[in-house]
Amino acid sequence: MGRYVVQRLGQMVPVVIGTTFLIYALVWALPGDPFAAKCGDRPCPQAYVDRMTAEYNLDDPLPLAYLQYMGNLVTGDFGQTFSGASVAGELLQRYPITLQLTVLAIVVEVVIGIAAGVLAGIRRGGFLDNLVLVSTLVVVSIPVFVLGLLAQTFFGVRLGWFPVTSDGTLYSLVLPAIVLGSLSLAFVARLVRANLVENLRTDYVRTAIAKGLTRQRVIGVHALRNSLIPVVTFVGADFGGLLGGAVVVEGIFNIPGVGNMIFRGINAHEGATVTAAVTVLVLVFLIVNLLVDLLYAVIDPRIRHV
Amino acid sequence: MSSSVAPDQLAPPPARVPERPAGRNGRRRGRRRGGGHAAAVPRSLAGDAWRDLRRNPLFLISAAIIVVLVAMAAVPGLFTDADPRACDLANSRLPPSGSAWFGYDLQGCDMYARTIHGARASILVGVLTTLGIAVVGSVVGMVAGYHGGRVDALLSRLTDMFFAVPMLLGAIIVLATFPSRVDTPAWQTIGKVVLALGVLGWTTVARLMRSTVIQVKQADYVQAARGLGAGTRRILLRHVLPNALAPVVVYSTIILGVFVVLEATLSFLGIGLQAPVISWGIAISEARSYIRQSPHMLLFPGAFLSVTVLAFIMLGDAVRDAFDPRLR
Amino acid sequence: MPVSPRRSVVLGTVAIALALGACGGGDDGGEAAGEGDNVVTVRGCNPQSAFVPANSNEVCSGDILDQVFSFLIRYDAETGEPTNEIAADITTPDNGLTWTITLEDGWTFHDGSPVTAQSFVDAWNWAAYGDNATLNSYFFEPIQGYAEVQNQVDADGNPIEGTAQAETMSGLEVVDDLTFNVTLTQAESQFPMRLGYTAFAPLPESFYEDPEAFGQHPIGTGPFQFESWEPNIDVRLTAYPDYNGDVKPSIDGAIYRIYENDDAAYNDLQADQLDIMPLLPTSALAGDTYRIDLGDRFISRETGVFETITFAPASVDERFADPRIRQAISMAINREEIVEQIFSGARTPATGWVSPVVVNGYVEGACGEFCTYDPGAAQDLYAQTDGIDGPFPLSYNADSDHKAWVEAVCNQIDATLPVDCVPTPFVDLATFRNEITNRELTGMFRTGWQMDYPSLENFLVPIFATGASANDGDYSNAEFDQLVEEAARTEGEAGAELYRQAEALLRNDMPAIPLWHRVNIAGYSSHVENVQLTVFQTVDLLSVTTTG
Repeated sequence: MGRYVVQRLGQMVPVVIGTTFLIYALVWALPGDPFAAKCGDRPCPQAYVDRMTAEYNLDDPLPLAYLQYMGNLVTGDFGQTFSGASVAGELLQRYPITLQLTVLAIVVEVVIGIAAGVLAGIRRGGFLDNLVLVSTLVVVSIPVFVLGLLAQTFFGVRLGWFPVTSDGTLYSLVLPAIVLGSLSLAFVARLVRANLVENLRTDYVRTAIAKGLTRQRVIGVHALRNSLIPVVTFVGADFGGLLGGAVVVEGIFNIPGVGNMIFRGINAHEGATVTAAVTVLVLVFLIVNLLVDLLYAVIDPRIRHV
Repeated sequence: MSSSVAPDQLAPPPARVPERPAGRNGRRRGRRRGGGHAAAVPRSLAGDAWRDLRRNPLFLISAAIIVVLVAMAAVPGLFTDADPRACDLANSRLPPSGSAWFGYDLQGCDMYARTIHGARASILVGVLTTLGIAVVGSVVGMVAGYHGGRVDALLSRLTDMFFAVPMLLGAIIVLATFPSRVDTPAWQTIGKVVLALGVLGWTTVARLMRSTVIQVKQADYVQAARGLGAGTRRILLRHVLPNALAPVVVYSTIILGVFVVLEATLSFLGIGLQAPVISWGIAISEARSYIRQSPHMLLFPGAFLSVTVLAFIMLGDAVRDAFDPRLR
Repeated sequence: MPVSPRRSVVLGTVAIALALGACGGGDDGGEAAGEGDNVVTVRGCNPQSAFVPANSNEVCSGDILDQVFSFLIRYDAETGEPTNEIAADITTPDNGLTWTITLEDGWTFHDGSPVTAQSFVDAWNWAAYGDNATLNSYFFEPIQGYAEVQNQVDADGNPIEGTAQAETMSGLEVVDDLTFNVTLTQAESQFPMRLGYTAFAPLPESFYEDPEAFGQHPIGTGPFQFESWEPNIDVRLTAYPDYNGDVKPSIDGAIYRIYENDDAAYNDLQADQLDIMPLLPTSALAGDTYRIDLGDRFISRETGVFETITFAPASVDERFADPRIRQAISMAINREEIVEQIFSGARTPATGWVSPVVVNGYVEGACGEFCTYDPGAAQDLYAQTDGIDGPFPLSYNADSDHKAWVEAVCNQIDATLPVDCVPTPFVDLATFRNEITNRELTGMFRTGWQMDYPSLENFLVPIFATGASANDGDYSNAEFDQLVEEAARTEGEAGAELYRQAEALLRNDMPAIPLWHRVNIAGYSSHVENVQLTVFQTVDLLSVTTTG
């Protein structure tokens, strides 16, 4: 097990290098000159374009520019955005907030999702099962921007229960986290339900029931536990997705998060910004995935990591 | 023959066999013949599944809905003779009325006609992308999970790298590499959107598949099959896949709807489907600024999307049950 | 019991993450500071460049620089008329070739140093100098010696650093502490009009020591001084007690709170958590919803933003060479209907190529019947031509709100004429402009113009003079060129008349179809009163008062 962890940590090095190169190259390949549009509908002075191009190494061939970027990165220099702000500063500002938001959203999706999935799975075809199905459909077909705006207008502006936009407090992130977690919640609930339904039919559950264990204990300890592996996997993957993919929710609630940083970086063709933000994301994600893999063994003792 | 290791059920399938003349089921016969050992093996997994499915109301309802949707996509003229591209700005955002059941959109086009005609692009994008990611993700996940060790490390880390690329970045690159011009045919644009969404979308499927395969491969029947000398391919397809499919099916049926909406995001950014192609996603994203004033602009395409997802979720449920060896 | 350790792991991870977040998260509650006291919050956005006047050409940084700096002249918030601010007098002895500018005594920078003639001359020289490669350097092009401070270009047209012949422009000459002379390359009667633009701001000595530090914390001469900038959160300004202008602000400060999303800002506005939003979003404008939400707490103001459709040059797409085709297309567009249905009244249909915000010399209707919706006349005129073969694109950039009106315009053209107009998006402005600049776009494409200063000249010369920087359709008419050249030398109403004659030529040639001018609709909270917008779409913080 210890060796396995060390191995996995070792694998992070090539993945991080590969990812940084991949991202840097993709941003590089974006069509259009990032500075040509700086002057709105009129062409920019060539001298300005040249100065900026040189300043951000965009006139070097890709491998050279990448090496320069990595060289700086190793010495702790994350570079600058095109407006001269420090990328490292932005990362330090945005990651903590995004991390809070993501963890809250995960808590929402895990707690409510598992509860809903168990209730739906115990009595398949029952009222609760159908309720969960309908909720899933609602969440899937209402785009997140609609859900977010409705929640903001109703609970923020009309009822005043939550701050309308983020003010830096943890409480102001609760409503966005619920909106953010809602779609994943549907996935979790349905994953739990599906696996629970399957597992309730298995031998060991029958055996357990035959042994005279209470229904609660059978479901809680035996069936649910064995149903959790795909759920844990999904939540792990979702963690990464929510970290970088919360652009819409961040926008609606004016949260200065990482999703927005990546989005703006892509639009502005800022290789340094996108690469740095994504690299941190990959690191977080690799660790979460390692934890997920280790959790498999906890959930199902038959699984061993060699 | 996975049924050999599955426990017998309270209502054993053989009891049902006499109820059904074999001749009615052409597909099952074909499969048996193809199998080449029809005489030795009375039932195949697929045959059982199909028989179960035909009696399952869940399946029948979902299949009916899907047939209607497919008809809508293939021959929209069956459902409406209004021209979805005949728009009069004077009708902009008018609510539903006798002359236009679903009201009008921002450009003053008939929402009913546009919703019917939008089915084609939306369902194509949703179904093709979902199929693509389910197949690619399942293969990668199954191989990684079953083999473990170096193969797993390599495939899993590759998955991580793909996962890291922001969807927007990947989509812009794909769609900018093959830009659409005025005369690009619609099917090409749809193909590009499917590629853009699918190329980064398979990673979660791969992970889910890997996780269940890791769990399933410990099971007695897999060990038994291996002990009996079955080949890897056979074990994977016959024993592992049917038992590990559930999470992927659940995920795929829901993500189908997400892809339809995501397509809209791409269109919104100017890189996805574009006029004159009509899609639900485009309609939904157009409704964005008018939720308060004209909720019907969101309601109708949203409802059609819901029904589509519902049909596929029910279908997925039914198919999974039918293929679940533990039910045999 | 395997349950408890597992649960503690999960909970522990949650706790750690929340704690980590709490450490770095927004600590000083930025919100309450603006409420209650005499400070207003304004919707801001993330600046695209540092706060250096010569490098700022977009609203996010420009809005703030315009509050932090004073200029030689100030455009009246109401009329856009230039009045002297730092300048005591601007005179020309020779119809606009040379100018003598005298400054009012008593102006100081926020660091206490006095504003002198040198503050202007040095700042302008710095902005124009080739090695500094500023965004706004072209503003100084009319000044004599501009060419000499530019770097030479290599074969590809790229400037080579350090090859400029001079470091300062010969046309700028300091006479004494409060006087300097400006010599232009050619007479220009409306030159003072330009001087209120951001690029012409004076700079303090400290700027040249460290331009980068200045860009993070600018020191100006205006009614408000820069207090702090927290990226993605807010920019804070406080009233400058020694401000020398005639009208002092009545508020103690302003906070530009940065929003990425219009709807977020609008919801904050409704909840009284944001005081002023200079531009309401479509979702609020549609169906006049903002009137329900805000009551009478809104103002609207016509601005100098002008939208047109330009035709690809005939060398790229010869199908539009016949001006009658262009005129027919223009008559097929129902501007009033689009303004009402798509823009909810936040545009004014254009009747010519100059914005109505231009006070001196604007006359309505230069485009005449060609800018009036008349399907019959459009069809008749089109029938006289050879017509257009095949589908043609109407291209736009999808990163701004253009999709809806472009589709509406194409629908109307298709409904009136036997043609096939295809709305064609480009992913962003960079890609879109690149294709235009390289003359790769066929058919039609959207073009927009935001005036630098309210004058006839600024709406005509940079767009339609032969070879001008924003002449995307390669329009060239010798008569037009001659008229605007003569107009530049002519003062007053006579000059305006010449510009109008030039504008009238566009009616026959129709190089670009005038669509509409933008009207800004701003909303404000119950915490503020007397909110006004300038012609440049910024909030006039000098007039705002708080209600207590």
